[in-house]
Amino acid sequence: MPGESNCQATNAAGRFPLELPIMATGNLQPQAIHSGPLQPLRDWIGEVGAAVVGRASAVGNFALFSVRTISWLIIRPPNRETLLPTFYQVGVRSLPVVALTGTFIGMVLAVQTYFQFSQLGLATRLGAVINMTLVRELGPVLAATMLAGRVGSAMAAELGTMRVTEQIDALASMGANPVQYLVVPRFVACLVLIPTLVVMADFMGVVGGYVYSVFVLNIDMHHYRVNSAQYVAAWDLFYGLFKSLFFGATIALVSCHRGFHCSPGAEGVGRAATAAFVHSFVLILVIDLMLGIVLDKLYMTLWPSGARLM
Amino acid sequence: MADTKRELSNSDPLVQIRNLSVEFGQQAVLRNINLDVGRGETLAIIGESGCGKTVLLKSIIGLIHPTRGDVLFDQHNLSQLNDQQLTQQRIRFGFVFQNAALFDSMTVGQNVAFPLKRHGQGIHSELYESVASRLAEVGLPESVIQKKPAELSGGMRKRVGLARALALNPEMVLYDEPTTGLDPIMSDVINELILHTRKRYTVTSIVVTHDMRTAQKVADRIVMLYPLSRLSHDEYQIIFEGTSEQLHTCDDPRVSQFVRGEAGERLMEMHDLTM
Repeated sequence: MPGESNCQATNAAGRFPLELPIMATGNLQPQAIHSGPLQPLRDWIGEVGAAVVGRASAVGNFALFSVRTISWLIIRPPNRETLLPTFYQVGVRSLPVVALTGTFIGMVLAVQTYFQFSQLGLATRLGAVINMTLVRELGPVLAATMLAGRVGSAMAAELGTMRVTEQIDALASMGANPVQYLVVPRFVACLVLIPTLVVMADFMGVVGGYVYSVFVLNIDMHHYRVNSAQYVAAWDLFYGLFKSLFFGATIALVSCHRGFHCSPGAEGVGRAATAAFVHSFVLILVIDLMLGIVLDKLYMTLWPSGARLM
Repeated sequence: MADTKRELSNSDPLVQIRNLSVEFGQQAVLRNINLDVGRGETLAIIGESGCGKTVLLKSIIGLIHPTRGDVLFDQHNLSQLNDQQLTQQRIRFGFVFQNAALFDSMTVGQNVAFPLKRHGQGIHSELYESVASRLAEVGLPESVIQKKPAELSGGMRKRVGLARALALNPEMVLYDEPTTGLDPIMSDVINELILHTRKRYTVTSIVVTHDMRTAQKVADRIVMLYPLSRLSHDEYQIIFEGTSEQLHTCDDPRVSQFVRGEAGERLMEMHDLTM
């Protein structure tokens, strides 16, 4: 029925992202002005331009959302009542899965590095490589991946459902800023708890790698420990934990942003949850690379002699 | 009574809408709307689905930003306020959502207590009594306090939504399709509650509805919006503004068709679709 379809159109419009005026003003479609031999070229340029402007406005929208979250965190920090349930969801409930992943990654690393290092006759150095890789790279990245999958998607789906059922509008109408009430506690929880989850992943990975190397691969216990202790320094642990702060912030902001800008219907919520994970994961890898380069440069500046594997 | 209200509204409007246009991408929903709502007045906005009633209502409370034009609430231009100032102004509103929009993770009691706690008006020991009395005002027993919104019927949810909207004694209550999806008896209960609320708190109300019984029963003034897609470029979107009596004597066929609930030329569209 025509009436029905009109109804849906208005509801869709009414539930559009409401926080940012940028969403309500964009008119990005190219308009055909002339026709002629150059028309296909004009159309193509128009489409490319519209796509560029669309992406740029999406990045700007996300940046504004992030600034708004951080400014609300400073203006009105979240209270205990809103923080504790979020801490429980993000931290306590993620702990088992992060610990399990950490254990297996430690063991997988032992299997893979042994295969290569034993051929070089460097099997006793295994501890150094496994633990270094764990605390610097795999611990933080895997903890962040698990967090993005477990918590990020859930946050996007929850906030998306709240958007679709007008609960976010209801919050705003009662004088509670939705960003302050919904996003800030999730942001704080991810930011504060991801280093603790990384410590857990690191610890379990170290234990998993040690157990597999010493008891399955029969590497000398003493050499494994000594090489690990000599090679892995406090800087490496800091390196991983520092990166994880950025991962946590990214997961919270991307997931909440996706949830807040969820399109109507069950499909919209599903898409928001998927996009939250995919976007977070890609950003985690990009940030990981960038921070890796920056932190290594910093390390070489501070300690030019550096650490030596051999 | 309607004339008195009208004079009051013209002398000191609480809400002033000036040349308001709202577009989503390329879809224009509202175009150059001008409307005043006087203090203490009850205004009904009617129109068919998709004409922009809800968008207009959400623009009044700043939930949707206008593409062009301004909304002034008590002389404050909502689009010029920052987040904090807007939050302060919103405490003066109560909004009853179409599907109640109750927080489904909370109980009914926590829902009604939310605005009280949020704005420090609920002393912990008195909170339960405040919530119970708010619920009693909308005819709900104390036993619903511990229930989750999913356990309630549509009519009960709407009433909880009204109790929550009235918790902070707002100066203005906005109702979005308050009777949609309810049986005739429950619809009338909601209509009576709107009247009762107005009598008790002397609030200004805007009721968005396509239920003619609601519009006629509660409104001092009725405006009718028409979908932009059915209007020519220079036509004004508000096709009727007046009292309930004037609505019935209006000779615009689009208005009389809506009042009588006749499909008219829309049947032809349906015929085209089925061919």
